[in-house]
Amino acid sequence: MAISRSEVEHVAKLARLKFSQEEIEEFTVQLSKIIDYVNKLNELDTENVEPTAHIVPIYNVFREDEVKPSMDRDKILMNALYKENGCFKVPKIIE
Amino acid sequence: MIGLEVHAELLTESKIFCSCTTKFGGEPNTHVCPVCLGLPGTLPVLNKKVVEYAVRAGLALNCTIANFSKMDRKNYFYPDLPKAYQISQYDLPLCSNGYVEIEVDGKVKKIGIKRIHIEEDAGKLLHENTDGSLVDYNRAGVPLIEIVSEPDMSTPEEAYQYLTKLKSILEYTEVSDCKMQEGSLRVDTNVSVRPVGSTELGTKIELKNLNSFKAVQKALEYEIKRQVKVLEEGGTIVQETRRWNESKGITEPMRTKEEAHDYRYFPEPDLVPIIVTDEWKEEIRKSLPEMPHHKRERFIAEYGLPEYDAKIITSSKKMADFFEKCVLEYDSPKAVSNWLMGEFSRLMNETGKEIDEVPVTPQMLAKLLKLIDNGVISGSIAKTVFEEMFGTGKEPEVVVEEKGLKQIANENELREIIKKVIAENPKSVEDYKNGKEKAMGFLVGQVMKATKGKANPQLTNQILKEELSK
Amino acid sequence: MELYSLTIHELRELLKKREVSALEVTKSYLERIKEVEPKIDALVTITEDFALQKAKEADEKIKKGEDTALTGIPVIIKDNISTEGIKTTCSSKMLENYIPPYNATVVEKLLEEGVIILGKSNLDEFAMGSSTENSAFKTTKNPWDLSRVPGGSSGGSAAAIAADEAAFALGSDTGGSIRQPASLCGVVGMKPTYGLVSRYGLVAFASSLDQIGPFTKDVTDCAIVLNTIIGHDPKDSTSLKIDKPDYTSYLKEDIKGLRIGVAKEFFGEGIEEGVKETVQESIKVLQNLGAEIIDISIPYVEYALPAYYIIASAEASSNLARYDGIRYGHIAEKYEDLIDMYMVTRSEGFGKEVKRRIMLGTYALSSGYYDAYYKKALKVRTLIKNDFEKAFEKCDVIIGPTSPTVAFKIGERANDPLAMYLADIYTVSVNIAGLPGISIPCGLSDGLPVGLQIIGRHFEEGKILNVAYAFEQANKFNAKPQAIGVQDNEVRSSDWLRGPCRTFDREQNLL
Ligand SMILES: [Zn+2]
Repeated sequence: MAISRSEVEHVAKLARLKFSQEEIEEFTVQLSKIIDYVNKLNELDTENVEPTAHIVPIYNVFREDEVKPSMDRDKILMNALYKENGCFKVPKIIE
Repeated sequence: MIGLEVHAELLTESKIFCSCTTKFGGEPNTHVCPVCLGLPGTLPVLNKKVVEYAVRAGLALNCTIANFSKMDRKNYFYPDLPKAYQISQYDLPLCSNGYVEIEVDGKVKKIGIKRIHIEEDAGKLLHENTDGSLVDYNRAGVPLIEIVSEPDMSTPEEAYQYLTKLKSILEYTEVSDCKMQEGSLRVDTNVSVRPVGSTELGTKIELKNLNSFKAVQKALEYEIKRQVKVLEEGGTIVQETRRWNESKGITEPMRTKEEAHDYRYFPEPDLVPIIVTDEWKEEIRKSLPEMPHHKRERFIAEYGLPEYDAKIITSSKKMADFFEKCVLEYDSPKAVSNWLMGEFSRLMNETGKEIDEVPVTPQMLAKLLKLIDNGVISGSIAKTVFEEMFGTGKEPEVVVEEKGLKQIANENELREIIKKVIAENPKSVEDYKNGKEKAMGFLVGQVMKATKGKANPQLTNQILKEELSK
Repeated sequence: MELYSLTIHELRELLKKREVSALEVTKSYLERIKEVEPKIDALVTITEDFALQKAKEADEKIKKGEDTALTGIPVIIKDNISTEGIKTTCSSKMLENYIPPYNATVVEKLLEEGVIILGKSNLDEFAMGSSTENSAFKTTKNPWDLSRVPGGSSGGSAAAIAADEAAFALGSDTGGSIRQPASLCGVVGMKPTYGLVSRYGLVAFASSLDQIGPFTKDVTDCAIVLNTIIGHDPKDSTSLKIDKPDYTSYLKEDIKGLRIGVAKEFFGEGIEEGVKETVQESIKVLQNLGAEIIDISIPYVEYALPAYYIIASAEASSNLARYDGIRYGHIAEKYEDLIDMYMVTRSEGFGKEVKRRIMLGTYALSSGYYDAYYKKALKVRTLIKNDFEKAFEKCDVIIGPTSPTVAFKIGERANDPLAMYLADIYTVSVNIAGLPGISIPCGLSDGLPVGLQIIGRHFEEGKILNVAYAFEQANKFNAKPQAIGVQDNEVRSSDWLRGPCRTFDREQNLL
């Protein structure tokens, strides 16, 4: 297997996903197959190749420092299920 | 060894990636738009001022400005982070390899600046509620620079000096107002101890919740003692994040997160690279305001201030600005500097206020000084008046009027009081006549006491001498 | 002939002459939707009231003479493009009830012109898939054969156009999500150059690859829609400032001397014989029109798919991290603490394929693997980009099949992610290199449409349209899908315009 069960569990935690034992099994097998497939890239020597993060070579795209009205709070909160006093509400966090 | 990470909010009008205002305060979630709320489909566009301010700070801190820089995503989950990633800079920060000079025990020491990068602030969590926490995203997307020092400081005092100097420079360059109580300046520090002579690096401890420079210093002092003790007792330092408990005066371990952070940095595909050309850099350099040491030299030359005064006055840009404005109205620089370093600083320290939070304006101080010169009040009464002005923001003449603090400069009135004092103090009069000059001082004091300090000093001296020589 | 079977330019002519009203056109489509939707399942939302209201406004515009090329023309929009006040679900349980408070820039542009939004189309959840089977709500069927997939991820948009549910549709293409379903459904679909169309409002899957593009009934319509949706957007830092060309000016039949590259890599393993033959015949058609056919090679193209899966998944893992239920979207009801809330919310809200890609992407970015996977993939991206640049020194456009197969059966690949990924084998390299590409129908194989892909240099959409148009004129694709019962599949809509019944009896034909 290209990826171990415990690695799958670790990655799931990093991604904030919860899986049943069976799902972990299934993902381990499937991800291993996919990783085996993408390992095809290792056939290529890319030692002296620059990575391309942006396909179109543009730079310095800015906006001017100008304030425009924000959105109505009603609209900002419109899609939230839990809200209170103009805020979004989450489970109690102890810092 | 001590290293400091300072986050400073930049003084832009709008947020780093959208046009919402950066104004502090405001009803929760009223400075929010689809972009800073991270709604699906929205995209960031970088505020040009943010780059300029960061470069400005970098130049003032002697950094190398990167010709090519880019933004990256730092991924982690927290309710105050709307996109679940913070747009920051990872391997190619805007500025690097700078330094600041601090003075400790009369010696100049260079503290290295490893890097300065730009990033967005997160929202704010409110915990007052009992059954949950509330999230306000007004602050989400406010531009920040993170200034990472080299671990060059060896004592808490040096850390304090470094922070003071850094703050002064950031204020000078006008990139941040550095208000710690509004969170526009935040400090994290890491500290490790190692036995003298050892070259091995000690375990790094991170300290959080440092609300003032004094707190940084105190927390470091405590933490160093704690670590030394642990090592002396043969223990080992566990790498952890500790929190400064101001009321108890100790550092406490923070609840350890169940997993180590893995921020999975990668280049932000929604933003394109930043190229700071030499021309742009020079343009920004030209826009830099006068730096503290230049200002100091100018104050000595232009206002004839002693070096000591010039250094103190220029250590804060706001103080220096106040000074210059005041001198415009009242042309006695030394008197103004005496007041700023004396009464003014004393009351600021006592109240923990910044000069721009004090209701006294340069014009008001100038008026007060003129009242002294015109003999309306004495120098000592002026201190009382100033204290009232400092507390209430009232104009000096109003205070003098309301409290009846005008000098007694009426010769007849004063002569009556002096006659009374002479009559009540035959022993001192005797001493004076026998050549004891000190007795004169005592008698003046008695006059002042009788007039509650309102007697005009010159007039008092003159009348006293006249009456005594009778 | 019904109004709904007309193209944009045909409708435009009728609207301009005031022979029909936008309201009549809209009603015709709404009727059509009601008729075929039960079989096709292309839409997740139908905005009937909104459409009727917009139609009336469009008629006002026309009356005042303020109309433009798309005024009164009905559209269907892929449900990952934000529409203010209209649900934008991404066909995910996560966003089942999400209503954006803002419009995507492309939507804004369409509305300004007076386009009528009929509804939002189904997709593979968050645009991840090649069959539209990954939708959390429904599986869209291919109008040519209801037991087959329409392709994906923009399967809803492609099927809707094939079934005449709108005059045109918008989709998004990250690895082939416009071109592949266009190919499988026998319609025209274009992915423009990266940066040509604003992504603002397109729910991000893989930011460095995503691009919005049109589905149309013919090449002319494609040029017309392109004219409206392209252009620099200050809200999208990756959108480019270029002079806006008039794409309809490229609609010429003359391609004499044009150099057309044919890469052997696009006819490799896994290609169906029927697809291969149809595409080869199409190449002959172009040759007969005077184009010069040049054999080329793009050796690194076989690495495009693995590189794509890493880059797209990595970006997706970050783009989809924001779905935590706090500000919008599905939120768990039962959980232990904050972290558990995140986990339960996300596990309930996302489907399998989305989770698979988030997992792959998180893994590829995680500490210790970044260089081996993500950085490596970005380097391979450079190689592929260079490969195309070299190829384009020898030719003006590159052609080949859009998909190695015709539409496959529903369920056939649903449980084999890798087999499903192979559906994009001819399209992903175009996204990797940021190039423009079109798929146009070029014939049938076993009664199912085959798509011809034409790839151009950056910002040379015009050249692509020229070739596509010349081909279309020479090789009329007159077939219509049978499965939904088109009465007169022999008569093309354009024939109707030229035909005898020009005095169209509205009362009789409408509704
Ligand atoms: Zn905003």
